[in-house]
Amino acid sequence: MEKKISFSEILKKYTMVIVLVLVVIMFAVNTKGVMLLPQNVNNLVAQNAYVFILATGMLFCILTGGNIDLSVGSVVCFVAAVGGKMMVLNSMNPYLTMLVMLITGIAIGAWQGFWIAYVRIPPFIVTLAGMLAFRGLSNVVLQGQTLAPMPDSYLALFNNYIPDPFGKEGFNLICFVVGIIVCIVYVLLVLKNRADRVKKGYSVDPFGGVAIKMILICVVILAFMFRLAQYKGIPNSLIWVAVIIAIYTYIASKTTTGRYFYAVGGNEKATKLSGINTNKVYFLAYLNMGLLAAIAGMVTMARLNSSNPQAGTNFEMDAIGACFIGGASAYGGTGTVPGVIIGALLMGVLNLGMSIMGIDQNLQKVVKGLVLLAAVIFDVVSKRKSFIVK
Amino acid sequence: MAKILLEMKNITKTFPGVKALDNVNLQVEEGEIHALVGENGAGKSTLMNVLSGIYPYGTYEGNIIYNGEICKFNTIKDSEEKGIVIIHQELALIPYMTIGENMYLGNERGKSFSINWNETYGEADKYLKIVGLEESSRTLIKDIGVGKQQLVEIAKALAKNAKLLILDEPTASLNEDDSKALLDLLLKFKAQGMTSIIISHKLNEISYVADKITVIRDGSTIETLDKKKDDFSEQRIIQGMVGREMTDRFPKRPDVKIGDVSMEVKNWNVYHPLYSERKVVDNVSFKVHKGEVVGISGLMGAGRTELAMSIFGKSYGTKISGQVFMNGKEVKLNTVQEAIDNKLAYVTEDRKGNGLILSKSIKMNTSLANMKGITNGKVIDADKEYAVAEEYRKKLKTKCPSVEQNVGNLSGGNQQKVLLAKWMFAEPDILILDEPTRGIDVGAKYEIYCIINDLVAAGKSVIMISSELPEVLGMSDRIYIMNEGRFVGEVSKEEATSELIMSKIVKSGKGA
Repeated sequence: MEKKISFSEILKKYTMVIVLVLVVIMFAVNTKGVMLLPQNVNNLVAQNAYVFILATGMLFCILTGGNIDLSVGSVVCFVAAVGGKMMVLNSMNPYLTMLVMLITGIAIGAWQGFWIAYVRIPPFIVTLAGMLAFRGLSNVVLQGQTLAPMPDSYLALFNNYIPDPFGKEGFNLICFVVGIIVCIVYVLLVLKNRADRVKKGYSVDPFGGVAIKMILICVVILAFMFRLAQYKGIPNSLIWVAVIIAIYTYIASKTTTGRYFYAVGGNEKATKLSGINTNKVYFLAYLNMGLLAAIAGMVTMARLNSSNPQAGTNFEMDAIGACFIGGASAYGGTGTVPGVIIGALLMGVLNLGMSIMGIDQNLQKVVKGLVLLAAVIFDVVSKRKSFIVK
Repeated sequence: MAKILLEMKNITKTFPGVKALDNVNLQVEEGEIHALVGENGAGKSTLMNVLSGIYPYGTYEGNIIYNGEICKFNTIKDSEEKGIVIIHQELALIPYMTIGENMYLGNERGKSFSINWNETYGEADKYLKIVGLEESSRTLIKDIGVGKQQLVEIAKALAKNAKLLILDEPTASLNEDDSKALLDLLLKFKAQGMTSIIISHKLNEISYVADKITVIRDGSTIETLDKKKDDFSEQRIIQGMVGREMTDRFPKRPDVKIGDVSMEVKNWNVYHPLYSERKVVDNVSFKVHKGEVVGISGLMGAGRTELAMSIFGKSYGTKISGQVFMNGKEVKLNTVQEAIDNKLAYVTEDRKGNGLILSKSIKMNTSLANMKGITNGKVIDADKEYAVAEEYRKKLKTKCPSVEQNVGNLSGGNQQKVLLAKWMFAEPDILILDEPTRGIDVGAKYEIYCIINDLVAAGKSVIMISSELPEVLGMSDRIYIMNEGRFVGEVSKEEATSELIMSKIVKSGKGA
C-alpha cells in the first residue's frame, strides 16, 4: 500500500532544505567556489558546533509552548569561567573540571526549571534574570580577566581530528570510510523499516521517492565527508555534535518523555488530564538546557582557547533563531531535531558565506534578522487560510 | 396592537454538520419584555448571536427586520449603532480596569488621541445612578461582586444608547436578592419604554417579568405564549420545552445484568479554586453499579463537571473533602495518574480545550492516556501504537483517511470518537462521560450511544453527565438530578419523565 504524495506537500515538507541548498549554491557561485573549499566546510562545523548543541536544547523548551531560554549565552560563559578558573588558574585535572562544569550547568538548569515549572514564573522572566545574573557572575569569577591558554589535553578533546592510521598525505582515508559506513547503515535502516511496514500492511511512501531521498542524502554525506577528508579529517567537535543530535533525535521521536514535550505544547490541559505530570516536563526542558549549555560552554572554551567574560554573547539568539528557522512552532508542540539542525546549518552557511564575501558585519545581522522573520511568517501563515487576521 | 420593533423571519443557521437554527421566527413588540426559553443547546444563544451581528449577515438565511427596515449587520458595532445591545452570560468586564473604563471600552469619550476622563467618569456615574448601583465609577471591577458587575454591564449597555436590550442568563450567577433587584430594574426600564429580550432557565423569574415567552426547541420556534391570553405556569412552559417524541433515537440495550457497586462517592464537597468561600459541590453522595449507566442531569452551572473533575484526581477545585470507594475499598485519588491507575476515566465535555491535542495525529491522541500500553520501557513501539489506533478506529467507526491524520481536521463527532478511544484504551472500569454528544450530529450521537451500550455490556460502569434531557432519559438506568451544587433527586428509569426532572430542578432552585 503506497501513499500518494503531491508535489506541493514535498515542497512544504522540505522548504528549509530547499532554501538551504539554494543558499549554498548562491554562495558557491558568488564566492567562485571558495565557500566549498575543504577548510571552509570544516569551519562550518567547528564554528557552529555550539549552535547545534544549544539549538537542540532550545527546541525542547520551545516545544513546551513557545518558551525560550534567554540565559544560555550567559550560562555558557559562566560554565566556561568556572572551567577556566579550575584548569588555568588552579591547574586542575581537565576531566574533573569537565565533570564540575556539567554539574554546574545542571544545577543552573534545575534552579531555573524549578521557578518555571513548579512556581510557574514566566520563562521569559526567569531566564532574563538568569541572563543578567550569570553574565555578572562570570565577571565575578573571572574578575574581568581572560584566562588562557587551556591545557593541551583538554583542547585535544574538542579541537583535534580523528587520527588516520592509513596516513596518506592530503587525504584522510578513515574520514571517507566513515562516510561510506554511515551511508550504508542509513540505507539499510530505511530499507528494513520499509520492509517491516510493508510486511505488516501499513502504508509506505512510494519507492521512487524514498530512493531519490536516500540517494540525495548519501550524496550530501559523501561529498561532505570527502571535503573533510581533503582537509584534516573528522574534527572531534563533529563527533560531539553528532552524538548529541543522535541522542536527542531519538528521545524526541521514540520515547515517552519526548512525546510528553509535544503533548504539553499541543494542549497542556488535555495532557494533564491524561495523567501526565506537566510540571515535570517543563522542569526537564530547562534542566536539559542547562546540561547542554554546559557542553556548549566546553566547546566554546576549547575553540577560543580561553575563557573570557564576553564569551557566549548572543548565543541564545543564534539558538532561538535556528529553532524557528528550522520549523519549530512559536506556539509550541511542533518541531524536530533534524529540522532545527537544518535551521542551524542555514544560519551557519549565511554567516560563513557572507563573511567570505566580505559583507559588512552589520549588514549580516540585517540579513539574518530578515531570514528569521521570513521563516516564522511562513510557518504561521502557511497554517491558516488568510494572510491578515481579521 | 403596539408597534413591532423587531422581527426575525425564517432564520436558518448551519454550522458544519449541524443545523443550529431551522426556520426560526421571532416577533418582539416595542416596550415589552420578551423571554426566550429552551433547553441547553436549543439555539437561543445562536439566535441572539445572529441578531447582534456576531454571525455576520450572509452566514445565515432569513431576515432581521428592525424598526421596519431589513438589517445587514456585519459586526457587533453595526447592531449596537442601531441600539441593539447584548449582555452575555459570561461577564465581559476587565477586572483591573475601573467601572468607567469598562463602560466606555471601545466607545471612548473625547477624541481618540485624547480621552476625556472627566466626561467618561461623569457620564458613567449618571448611568450607574439609573441602574441603582451605589459605587463610584472609579472603582475597579475586581473589587465589586458579581451582582454589581451585572449592573455595570447593564449601565454599559445603556451608555451605548440601547433601545433593545438582550440579556443572556442575566441571573445565572446572582443570588436571590440580586436577581430580584435586577428583574425589578428591567420592569422599571419597561415602564420607561425600553424593550428587552431575556434568556433564562429560571422559569419563575420569567413568569414574573415577561410579557411574552417564545419557546425554542432543537433549533426551531415551537410557540409563543402571551401573558394576556395564555397559561404562564411553569408546568405549561416545561411542556413546551421538552415535549417531543423520542422514538428510535436511542439504540436498544441488550439485557445487561446490573452487578455489584463498582464505585461509591460519599459526602463529596468541593470549593471554587479561586473564590475558596464558594461551595461548588455540596455534600454529594452517589454510587454506580457494574453494567449500569447512571445519568446526572442538570442545567449548565449545576456543578456536574466540577463534581466529576474533582473526583478524577482532584483536577478541579480546592478544599475537596469526602470519600471514594472502588469495589468496596476506599481509595485516594490525588492525581490524575492515581485515578487512571484505579481504573477511572473522565471523558471531558470540552474536547477541544481539555480533551484532545488538535494539532497532533489520531494515533498520538489515542495513546496519550496509556503510554505504557504502547511502550517497551520508555521507548515507543511505533508499530504497536499504529496498530492500537487502527483497532479503535475500526471499533468506533471513526471516519478519517488514516490514523496519521491530525485530530483538528476531523468533524466534531469523529473527534468525540477519538476522545472516547483514548479513554477506552486506558482500560477503565468506570467511565465518566461529560456531555458525550455535545455539538455532534444525530447520526454520530446514535453511534456514541451504541458505544456506551457496548461498554456496559462488557461490565463497565458509565456515569453520563448530560444537559439533554431526552438523552439522559433514553440512556440511563438511573438518574441523579443536580442543581446548584447539590443532588436534588434520584429517579429510576421507570419513573423518570422530562417533566418530573425539569420540575425538580426548577423547584429546588427557588429555595436557594
